[in-house]
Amino acid sequence: MMQVRTVEIWVGVFVAAGLAALFMLAMQVSNLTVVGDDKGYTVTARFENVSGLKVRSPVTVAGVRVGRVTAIEFDPQTFQAVVFMRIGAGFDQLPLDTSAAVLTSGLVGEKYVGLEPGGDMDVLKDGGEIKLTQSTLVLEQMIGKFLFDKAETGKE
Amino acid sequence: MLDWLAQLGRHGLSFFERLGRGHLLLLALLRGVPGLVLRPLLVVQQVYSIGVLSLLIIVVSGVFVGMVLGLQLYNTLVDFGAEASLGPVIALTLVRELGPVVTALLFAGRAGSALTAEIGLMKATEQLSGMEMMAVDPVKRVLAPRFLGGFIAMPLLAAIFSLVGVYGGYFVGVGLLGVDEGSYWSQMQSMVDFDDDVMNGVIKSLVFGVVVTWIAVFEGNDAVPTSEGVSRATTRTVVHSSLAVLGLDFVLTALMFGVD
Repeated sequence: MMQVRTVEIWVGVFVAAGLAALFMLAMQVSNLTVVGDDKGYTVTARFENVSGLKVRSPVTVAGVRVGRVTAIEFDPQTFQAVVFMRIGAGFDQLPLDTSAAVLTSGLVGEKYVGLEPGGDMDVLKDGGEIKLTQSTLVLEQMIGKFLFDKAETGKE
Repeated sequence: MLDWLAQLGRHGLSFFERLGRGHLLLLALLRGVPGLVLRPLLVVQQVYSIGVLSLLIIVVSGVFVGMVLGLQLYNTLVDFGAEASLGPVIALTLVRELGPVVTALLFAGRAGSALTAEIGLMKATEQLSGMEMMAVDPVKRVLAPRFLGGFIAMPLLAAIFSLVGVYGGYFVGVGLLGVDEGSYWSQMQSMVDFDDDVMNGVIKSLVFGVVVTWIAVFEGNDAVPTSEGVSRATTRTVVHSSLAVLGLDFVLTALMFGVD
């Protein structure tokens, strides 16, 4: 019977190792631990331009991730992009006059929403809207503007 | 000319015949699986010979695949100053594609061929018909436990492969090439999604596990009961299951990641 027992122990070790690997993949490799998306609250912000921002892009305050973008919609009345952000339940002290900006990590990195807390005593609630926003910098427009400025100054 | 047509028809018919026999066997296997609850030891033994004994080759290949990915991707990424993306790229490649696919290919070579040879030899030495004479259903007693064992072992092996590969890439990228450890893990965590990436990889490996063990068990059971027949069946198992894995991988990838 020793043989059977050894086999059973090895299979037990194998199954445990496999499940542990899956668990490690969930915890260490993927983002299951980062922010509990289920709990928390949703706020919206309107931007003139969100090019490059995607659903699941991070939302940060002072460089710390506090939530993620859950949806990006287009408002046909104002021609603005409406970004829905799910903020983690632990970060419910954001003032009402918090401002939002679409930023880029590094020169060509991914886009994210950076929140800049204001000084208001009231805090953002579920379904609230961030009024102060700053659109993403579109590189082509910047280069175009730069070249245009150069041409203008060269003329004088 | 007519001879040629007749030959073509004969090949076509035998192909569909085999396909039909294969699906009938799959049905019989699925019907045999619930009965295994009463005899878990049979399955445990198969998980041992299919899974535990494949562990060495899976772990060693996982480490080396991860290390090679680390080296190759680093050299490409560093040109763009994007070596911080090494972690997510390695993790996504492994979890989505290489983990399930390479594991399935190794699994077909290591465990699938062994299954076919074992069952084919059992058939050639008339052990299977002997069982039938004793009113023991060989599908339930011999084939179904192997099928279930492969189904259980494959996703676990793929998960181990992916994890070991991520650490292999970590060893080369962070340990040897000097990528920042924090950015390796944090970028990985921010890019890899559990539902979209890890779970889809698990689903892939489940599908591959079913396909590879099904082909292996079928080829063994369908082998011509001679030594030559068994050797041919073993070859066919490796060739067919590898092709099936690669083909299915494309279909599954297109379904999971192709359409947003």
